[in-house]
Amino acid sequence: MIRLLFAFLLLAATSARAQEDTAQFGLGAERMLVRSTTDIAIIRPVLERFATQNPDLAIIYEQWGSNALFQHSRTACKTGEGAADAVFSSAIQQMVWLVNSACAYRYSSAETQALPAARRWRDELWGITTEPAVIVYNKDRLQDEDVPRDRFALLDAMRTRPDLLRGRVATYDIGASGLGYLFAYGDSLEATTFGSLIEGFARIDAVATCCSARIIDEVAQGRFLIAYNVLGSYVASANAPGVGVILPEDYTLVLSRAYMIPQQAQNKRAATLLLDFLLSAEAQKLLVDVGLVARLDEAETGLTPSARRFIPLSPALLVALDQNRRAGLFKLWNEAFNIETAR
Amino acid sequence: MARLHLPHSLTARVLSAVVLILILGGLLVALSIWANGRLAAREAYDRLLLGAASDIAESVRIQDGAPVVDLPVSAFQLLAQAPEDRIYYAVQVPNGPFITGLDRDTLVDVPDSIGPAPLYFAADLNGEPARFVRIARLFAERDFSGEVEVLVGQTLRARRAMTAGLMRDALLPMAVAGILLLIMSWFVTRSALRPLEALSDDLIGRDPYDLTPMPSAGLPRELQVMLGAMNRFMGRLDRQVDTMRNLIADTAHQLRTPVAAIRVQAEIAQDDPDAPARKRALDRLLSRTRSLGTLLDQLLSRAMVIHRIDSAPRVAVDLREVALEILEQRDHELIAPGVEVRLEIGEDPVLVQADAFSIGEAAKNLLGNALRHGQPPVSIGAERAGNRAILWVRDCGPGPASNISNQLGDRFNRTAGSGEDSTGLGLSIVKSTAEAFDGKVEMTSDADGFRAALSFPVASKGNRP
Repeated sequence: MIRLLFAFLLLAATSARAQEDTAQFGLGAERMLVRSTTDIAIIRPVLERFATQNPDLAIIYEQWGSNALFQHSRTACKTGEGAADAVFSSAIQQMVWLVNSACAYRYSSAETQALPAARRWRDELWGITTEPAVIVYNKDRLQDEDVPRDRFALLDAMRTRPDLLRGRVATYDIGASGLGYLFAYGDSLEATTFGSLIEGFARIDAVATCCSARIIDEVAQGRFLIAYNVLGSYVASANAPGVGVILPEDYTLVLSRAYMIPQQAQNKRAATLLLDFLLSAEAQKLLVDVGLVARLDEAETGLTPSARRFIPLSPALLVALDQNRRAGLFKLWNEAFNIETAR
Repeated sequence: MARLHLPHSLTARVLSAVVLILILGGLLVALSIWANGRLAAREAYDRLLLGAASDIAESVRIQDGAPVVDLPVSAFQLLAQAPEDRIYYAVQVPNGPFITGLDRDTLVDVPDSIGPAPLYFAADLNGEPARFVRIARLFAERDFSGEVEVLVGQTLRARRAMTAGLMRDALLPMAVAGILLLIMSWFVTRSALRPLEALSDDLIGRDPYDLTPMPSAGLPRELQVMLGAMNRFMGRLDRQVDTMRNLIADTAHQLRTPVAAIRVQAEIAQDDPDAPARKRALDRLLSRTRSLGTLLDQLLSRAMVIHRIDSAPRVAVDLREVALEILEQRDHELIAPGVEVRLEIGEDPVLVQADAFSIGEAAKNLLGNALRHGQPPVSIGAERAGNRAILWVRDCGPGPASNISNQLGDRFNRTAGSGEDSTGLGLSIVKSTAEAFDGKVEMTSDADGFRAALSFPVASKGNRP
């Protein structure tokens, strides 16, 4: 709680600088503010297309860290000030929390109705993308037979070759990244492997660090041999030929980035336009191109349908944000990890 | 208040009544279905709430002197059975520290309650109506003792959807049944009213002077009653028109001769210089005038009798009283002065259902005939013979010739034997009266004389008003 409070105070003091990056698309008269955790570089082609289709709009795109975005949206919802027109985050448990607290605007169209039930909640939250949580590895430094195809193989590798992997396995810092926390929470529900995984990480001094792009970069450079629970979409867009991707065969968590229109949004019309555009066939094709929509057909990935764990947009995700539960998970995590501060 | 205008057509009245009943019934049933559906939905989802709250309460444990919740996902999967609803949960020590929950800034008004029994209540959740359950778990550990309160709430969308679904499922067949009933009642009403329509068509097409009875075969009973009443009414009208026509014709016919005779006598009396002849003419004039008076009396009496036969109510009449009254009026002393008339009546009443005046007039005529044409002594009496009540007049003469008694009752049946003051109307009155009250005229001659009698069926005691 103190940690949250601190983050909140920090946010209040430095809210102007809380976003990591900003871009503008389109030069129209009508202003629209989108806040998202997605890297501008990745989403750019999609938004450029949208801006071309809607020349009357000027889209201000702010890239935020997921926890900072959550805190800011929560404050905006309570005070009614500073709300974005659309919020689009990979930390979907936080988005579910916002919707559950009546912070979202209700909207329905043919495109949203076409979404499966797991990717739509209350007509206030919509899952736009399809992104698996993957294991990435350095193709040059890791022999084919050492590449872990599933968590059991990773566990075995950590047990049998601790010297090789010591300090060279990375994963998200769950304290710094809402998405990392969500994946760890998802793993913790599959309890059997999670406990031993944490134990294994502790034994080989695994590194918890921040930011998909950076982790992938460091795997490519060979600082890390293996990174666990990295968003597959970032690998696809990183264009790093030396990095191999594994969809764990025991189970692969699949996330759908959630889109929400805040209740206090100034330009709801533009927000609904963007939503319908993102769900349109054209935008989905663009999203496939940038890697935000992964093709998970068995023929391409070798992943059986039973191994795909879609994380549904459902109120059950509220458990992930429960402070007791969070505290328990952090305790376990912090005991295991050598945390690198990313900032 | 606006006056209720009933539709003019009977079909429209019946149909609008049916529609009204269907609508009212439908509303009542819909209301009850809605109430039931709401209750069912409430109970179903309250169980989910309670299940989730129990799951959460079960997961509370005491760690280092403070309650800690290891929030079970299963509780939330239970709540997610209402997939569209927002959720609230909080675990806290009453009036003490907040342990965990969705958001400690979201406040819910909890009603006061004592004990661990589940308490359901309604409150707003972020501006949307919601239903909550509060359960309590009691701890008695070394380092923590007391109550931990679990609050779980949920908005009402799924409940409303279930209520609406239950209502739709129940109302749809009912609406179909209602429409079918309406169609059926239209057909039934039409077929039930068809005879009435035929009847009114018949009446519209009827010649207004046609007073013959309407055919009633094949009509429903209710209509037969109406038609019977109408036919009776038309019959009476027809008879009265006939009576009036006859009366006028008779009166004209009857008056012509005596009036002409009176005029001739008056002229003779005026013109004849001979005093004794004038005296004779005046005497004859007087006698003619008297006889004209009698004629008028009888014409009136007959008109009256025929009118009363149709219109006067039937009451119980004691024939002895009729006979007595005739004697007491002493009319016979005018017709035949000096002739004694005897009364022969018994102890017991002789009752018939009839009109006393008509029977009295008929009996007076019989008595008049006996006095004029019979031989004294004359007697009048009433008696019961089996199931017949008889009023009779007897004289000691031979009675009329048989050809006269055969023609009995024909109007103006005057024969050579009739005196000039006889009108021939008397027996016609007698016959009409007898027939009007289901009776008959009996004339019998024997060695002792001649008897003319009116015989009616005896009125039973029950008919006596």
